[in-house]
Amino acid sequence: MTDHDTEDHLEDLPLEALPLDAWHRARGARMVPFAGYEMPIQYEGIVAEHNWTRESAGLFDVSHMGQLYISGEGVDAALEAVLPIDLSTLKHGNPRYSLLLDENGGVLDDLMVTRWSEGFYLVVNGATKWDDIAHLREHLPDEVTISHMDETALLALQGPQAFAALDRLVTGEAPLASLTFMKGAAFKLGGVDAWISRSGYTGEDGFEISLPAESVAAVADLVCAEPEVKPIGLGARDSLRLEAGLPLYGHDMTPETSPIEAGLLFGINKRRRTEGGFPGANRIIREIAEGTARKWVGLKIEGRLPAREGAEVFSGSDHIGTVTSGGFSPTLSAPIAMAYVASDHAAPGTALEVEVRGKRLAATVSPTPFVPHRYFRGS
Amino acid sequence: MRYYTDEHEWIDVEGDIATVGITEYAQGQLGDIVFVELPEVGALIEQGKDAAVVESVKAASDVYAPITGEITEVNPALEEDPALVNSAPEDGGWFFKMTITDPGELDALMDEDGYKAFVEGL
Repeated sequence: MTDHDTEDHLEDLPLEALPLDAWHRARGARMVPFAGYEMPIQYEGIVAEHNWTRESAGLFDVSHMGQLYISGEGVDAALEAVLPIDLSTLKHGNPRYSLLLDENGGVLDDLMVTRWSEGFYLVVNGATKWDDIAHLREHLPDEVTISHMDETALLALQGPQAFAALDRLVTGEAPLASLTFMKGAAFKLGGVDAWISRSGYTGEDGFEISLPAESVAAVADLVCAEPEVKPIGLGARDSLRLEAGLPLYGHDMTPETSPIEAGLLFGINKRRRTEGGFPGANRIIREIAEGTARKWVGLKIEGRLPAREGAEVFSGSDHIGTVTSGGFSPTLSAPIAMAYVASDHAAPGTALEVEVRGKRLAATVSPTPFVPHRYFRGS
Repeated sequence: MRYYTDEHEWIDVEGDIATVGITEYAQGQLGDIVFVELPEVGALIEQGKDAAVVESVKAASDVYAPITGEITEVNPALEEDPALVNSAPEDGGWFFKMTITDPGELDALMDEDGYKAFVEGL
């Protein structure tokens, strides 16, 4: 019995322990190497945890992600030179999705940017954070300072009951209910200073909570003591984001893909689409106008056999694409996948085939998300 | 007589036919199983070669032939209900039956106590 799994094993480096390492183990987590850390892949089981998050609320430890604080004279203009973001429309406290691009418009990372009073708070992927820091140091001027908030932990509380559970535990200048999707503010959570935004990576309503690493175990205990909340591992995090049609860096986009191919036009803010002035702008502005030769699409696969990353996609005998993420959807009880396919085969409803171990599986291009998003945009 | 391999398979021998499945420990490691790809009846498989693939929500895992032989039967229940491998791995969740080309191959396998000690050492 051997896994042919394609996990992010950074095998040459010694694995680091997360601030909640002992907390995960005490709750029966199975720990696996991921992004240079030992991380909980599951507690009671991926499907049970997945369904619990869709029905109630799940607490995810995402402290492996990079949290950065960027400040200094001219920081707005400096950040706009490295990101295709329009900071003139970014209000204090609100996170916005953006992309770190190379000179060719290839994706180096995707990230969240939040304006704080003096500077910007960035959340980047765990596996890429060291490269991101090096890239930013190289491309930002000397007046701009990058602080790696490596004493800060990050939790995500996701699911339809996340608000009810968290609302009992927080106090702030404004009520938690004042946060709608993609808004953030400072709160006290169990007496601990926490930065909370209404955002996440599951397609559900929920929150991301940044707080001091020294307090994270006490806060995780407090949150999990709420009857709606259970800890959820990386395995369900992946199946939830796949159902939500959300891309995973390093798999669904890489330096070899452009954000336009990946359907991430919203990551290139409007003013920047005409003004340019960010890495790879020429290619990206051309692709917005002319389209791309391939597109990232959802695939629903017939039967029960999942097609995973690397599976080739065919139209008849023509090889027209490759799966970048795939698995079994617990919510739909069916295999689903995301793939880059030739743009003339990318329309929803197009019948294609995916090859798994020499077998051709019938697949249909499907709109995403596979499972509708349930973000809270206000009542 | 039940034998075990260090790849977490069990083998029940009755006469000249062996029934093969994966162990309770293996199903726990794999997690929720959503699909089992079984060999063709009539296929000749050498010891240690790919015989089946188990797909969990997360990953695909190979199951190797614990001995050399010809596949005589596969478990039809797994097509309808692959989660049987989770709920009854050492019973109703069996994978396939095969002939025993070389009974000597069985001698190198573990018995129940040996396998128990092996798992405790992991």
